[in-house]
Order: sequence, then structure tokens, then C-alpha cells
Amino acid sequence: MYTQGLDAKTEQSAQPSPRLVTEQEAALQGRFQERVDAEEKIEPRDWMPEGYRRTLVRQISQHAHSEIVGMLPEGNWITRAPTLRRKVALLAKVQDEGGHGLYLYSAAETLGVSRDELVGQLLSGKAKYSSIFNYPTPTWADIGAIGWLVDGAAIMNQVPLCRCSYGPYARAMVRICREESFHQRQGYELMLALAQGTAEQKRMAQDALNRWWWPSLMMFGPSDDQSAHSAQNMAWKIKRFSNDELRQRFVDATVPQAEFLGLTIPDPELRFNAETGHYEFGAIDWTEFNEILKGNGPCNRERIEARRKAWDDGAWVREAAVAHAAKRKQRAMKKAG
Amino acid sequence: MDRKDWPLFEIFIRPKNGLSHKHVGSLHAADARMALDNARDVYTRRGEGVSIWAVPASSIAASDPSEKASLFDPADDKVYRHPTFYDIPADVKNI
Amino acid sequence: MSTDLKDALFGYALRLGDTSLVLGHRLSEWCGHAPELEEDIALTNVALDLVGHARMLLTYAGELEGKGRDEDRLAYRRDVFDYRNHLLVEQPNRDFGHTIVRQFLHDAWSVELYERLCASKDETLAGIAAKAVKEVRYHVRHSGDWLVRLGDGTDVSHAKVADALGRLWPYTGEMFERDEAEQALVAAGIVPDPAEMKAAWTARVEAVLNDATLDRPADGWMQKGGRRGEHSEHLGYLLAEMQFLPRAYPDANW
Repeated sequence: MYTQGLDAKTEQSAQPSPRLVTEQEAALQGRFQERVDAEEKIEPRDWMPEGYRRTLVRQISQHAHSEIVGMLPEGNWITRAPTLRRKVALLAKVQDEGGHGLYLYSAAETLGVSRDELVGQLLSGKAKYSSIFNYPTPTWADIGAIGWLVDGAAIMNQVPLCRCSYGPYARAMVRICREESFHQRQGYELMLALAQGTAEQKRMAQDALNRWWWPSLMMFGPSDDQSAHSAQNMAWKIKRFSNDELRQRFVDATVPQAEFLGLTIPDPELRFNAETGHYEFGAIDWTEFNEILKGNGPCNRERIEARRKAWDDGAWVREAAVAHAAKRKQRAMKKAG
Repeated sequence: MDRKDWPLFEIFIRPKNGLSHKHVGSLHAADARMALDNARDVYTRRGEGVSIWAVPASSIAASDPSEKASLFDPADDKVYRHPTFYDIPADVKNI
Repeated sequence: MSTDLKDALFGYALRLGDTSLVLGHRLSEWCGHAPELEEDIALTNVALDLVGHARMLLTYAGELEGKGRDEDRLAYRRDVFDYRNHLLVEQPNRDFGHTIVRQFLHDAWSVELYERLCASKDETLAGIAAKAVKEVRYHVRHSGDWLVRLGDGTDVSHAKVADALGRLWPYTGEMFERDEAEQALVAAGIVPDPAEMKAAWTARVEAVLNDATLDRPADGWMQKGGRRGEHSEHLGYLLAEMQFLPRAYPDANW
């Protein structure tokens, strides 16, 4: 799962700093841009502008953090899944998120940062992750809503990333997109069972849609005119479509799915424009989004605390594994020696 | 907080018998056996492989991209290494 | 198959199914909270295998019973006294070392069990075992490797797994109990003799404990009762959590 919603203008800029650029550097930059324009992939040891590297490290690690933190709200229901079939599906899905986090940390590591460093940034609260995971999952229908809406929005974002100019990121995304194809279907199928179920189940489904609809739209990030890095990231082919384009695509795809479920999207201004062929929707309230980004969401603290606890509780385990490996090596050397 | 990282391993997987191992990504592990197990759990959850290699990332020697031209371009014009370089009359079979 | 034998086999499948389910549940509690990302994924794989075994075994138990109970009816609508799992697997997660010890003691048993069950005269059970045995061979390798790393790791890790081993050892006797019903199944060549399995289990466990520089606890008083539905206090909480939705909405389909 991923969001573009982290590149608001408040963030430290990834643009190259306005220092003097040497002639040689300018030539390298020109050559680099030519390669990107020609849809050539950039590989880890190739020359790249510092801003490109920094942007990628930030985006890929935020993406990885989002996968890892995203395990928590859904993991919340693994032990309470109402059938064994649902239980294994959810368990496999949350496990996939862990795997995706791992692929992405691997991709980030090719840019010269260690996973330890990146995890440290997450745990210290310095790094950002997708705000959507700071919402709680109080009912079972939230698992359906996350799969259907949050994964649905993520797919819109992630599919274009498979063509990202940076090779390791693009390859990780190909793998992720292939694996994620079941996630959204899992969520929608779950919602369908609720929507076709008892009155109480239907109420549960509608309640979840009410709570997740607007946050899902916000996952695409600020409007294009508010987004800080759009132009540069497009030129670098880290980003292929604008936030608003992708958001529109998501709305167009999702509204008929909600209708099929017999659920109501909580937007009185939503209507289909037959001329444009697109759905028009109400204005997004960015105040809430910005507050959550600042750390004031319902679950920000809990999520980071949970990650920190897992990391701290595991310290002795990681140390023991290293100590044992060292002992083994020593013994083998003694034997050989 | 503990910051003692497990070493990085590059993972190569043979998708099925008869094919070569192919690089699929990396992971961290305290030792080689753990690297193999982790690779199995991380990279073959959907039956993607029949064999795994785990190589410590620090053991890989890689060519320098800045030498790409001198290393690889010279092979471009050695057309005589390819079978299509040689003209054989169409009537000659099995060659 | 005679009615008595069928009843006995129902009880047996239920015990294996419940044991797999409860342990799978305990492991699934780790998802998102393990010491390292790679291990998070690994533990979840084991949990998925175990819940998978539970589904096959409970489905079969329901068929043997013939009262129309499917896997979910059995998993979600029975109270503590009808659960037949080993007490070992319902012990709550403490630290990672405790989880590894619990897992290894169980895995070492299940690998011996499923290897023998592959030759069961009951075709369905043999089929389930043939699938499960490949998975549990990996489980025992995984938990055994970790036990060695932790036992022969640092002083801290050694102390933690030694403590867990002492706590959990009294729950191992139950795995090799044999009641009359099981006796009949053994005689019919449907299930292996637990007494014979115990020697193999002990050898396997001792070898790993030796590599882990851990002492094998003495066989003192053994906690029993799981197979009769007499459980610790922990199972009730586990079931309350697991069964919440089907209990709160009894008419719903999910």
C-alpha cells in the first residue's frame, strides 16, 4: 500500500540546492536526463544527481515504512477473523505487506542507506509513512474497506511505479503489484458478504465506507497545485501521473463498485458528468489530513509505539543470532586451523 | 536502541529445473542458513523457485558503470562472432 | 469402520485439528511484532501452515461425526471444555524465546507424528499427513535452528530459553498419553503408537538441546487434561477473541 500524500510543500525540498553546478556536473546531469528521457533504467552504481538519489531514498523508505506500519491496523483483526478461510486470507495478506516492506527496504539499500538507518528514522518519528494507517480499525468491515479502498487507491499509485526510472524500485514494484492483485479482491469480496448479509452486517459495511472514503481520496496527496515535487519527479520519471489524475481514476473506478454493493458513498456532491465521462466529487477537507500528518491522528502514537516495542523487545534476539553466528565462525576456523 | 544490523545477502532463485538462478532481491540474516530460510519464506511464497543461492552482498565484485563503454562496446562490432555474418547458399541444408 | 472406531477417530482428528488451530492462532499473534522483518514473515508462514492443517483436520472430524458441523462450526462454536488441544500450545506468548521453545517442542512431536501418519490405514488421514509432513519438517528445522541460536547465543538469550524450557517442559508429557480410544486406533493401524513416538521425539529434542547448550529438564510432574477438555485459564481468552464475531452475530455469514 502506498500513498503519494507525503510530498506536501511543508516537506524539506528534494530539489538540488542552488549551489554552483560545475561544467562537468552539468554534462553528467544532461546525460542522465537523456537516459531517463529515453526510458533507460538507472541502476544503483550509475551516476545520478544527488537530488534524484535523495528523493528516491525518501520515497522508497516512506513506501516501505507504510507497508510495515500498515501491517498493524489489519493485523488487529487476524485473531478475530470470523471464519478460518478469512483468517488465512488476512494472515497471508498482512504477511505480504511485510514482504513488500522488505522488498522496498532492499531497493532503498541499493542507494547506500542501511535498513537499520531507515528503521531508526521510522522509530524516532523522523520518517513519514502513509497517514491512512493512523486511522483505527474498530470493526471487521474495516478490513474489507481497507482491502477494497486503501489497496484500490494504492494500486492506482503503484502500477505506474512499475515503470519508474530507477531499476531496483521498478523491479520491486513489479513484484509487489503482482502479489497485491489478490488484496483488493479479498477486501471487496469481504465487503460483498457483509453488504449481502444481515441488516447488522450491512450497517457495519456502510459505517466502514463512511469512515474510509475520504481518507482514501486523501491518499493520492495534495492537489497538483499544492504538491511540492511533482514537476521534478515527473521529469525524473519517478512519478508518471499527477495526484489529481490518479484520484479521479480511483473515483471513476470505485463509485460503480460501491453501487454494486448497494452502499452509499458519503459525498452528497458526488455525481456523474455524462459529458466528461467522469464522476465529480465534493471538496476534500485537508485540515484533517494535515493534522494527521503532523501526528495528531487517532492512532499515530500507538502505531509507532507498537513498532518500537517490537524492535526493542527483539533486540536480544537479533544480538543472540549475531553472537551465535560469530561463535560458529570461530569454531569453524579453529577446526580448519 | 540496538543498531546491530544483520549482514545483507543477495538472493538468487532458480525458478524451475533447467533454468539458471536469477537475482530476485536481498534480505538480512545473521548467518547463511538463516539467509536461505528467510529467502524461502520471503521470495518463494507463491512457488517461485526450486533452488536458492544466498550470497553475502559484501562478497560480490561488480563492474564499474563508468567503464561500461570500454568493457562492453568493443563487442558490438565483432559481427563475425554471430552466425548471420557468414553467407551460405540457401540450397545447403542442415548448417 | 465400526461406530466406536469412527468416534475414536473423530476425537483424534479433533485433537490434532484443535492443537494446530490454537498454535496457529498463537503464532499469528506475532504477525507485525516479530524481532525482525524476515522472521515476521517466517513465523506467519508457519502459522498459515498450521491453520491450514487445522482446516483439513476439522473438516474431516466434522465428516466423521456426521452431524453437519464444518470447520468453522467446530472452530467457532465450541467452548473450552469441548476443545481437545494440548495444553502446551495454548500457553500464551511471552517473549520470542518462549515462542521458539513452545514451537520446537511441538514441531519435534508433529514431525514424528505426521511421518508415521503417512502410513495410516485411513486414507484421508494419510493424505492429510502426506501434505502436512513436508511443512512440519521445515517447521522443526526453523524452530530448532532458532533454539540453537538462542541457547548458544548470548548469556541473556541462553537464560531466557532455559527459563522457557523449564516452564514448558511439564506440558510435553501430554503429547504421548494414550487412552482407550486411541489404543483401538493404534491396534487398527490408523494412528501410530505414542509410546514408540516418544523415544524418537526424545532423541530429536536431546540432539537440539545439546547443540543449544541447554540441559534437558527432568521428567517430573506432567500437566495433563487437554485431551479431556480440561484446560488452563488461557484458552478461554483465546476463544473469546477468536469466536467473537460468530458469537455476537450468530445468524451472519461472513
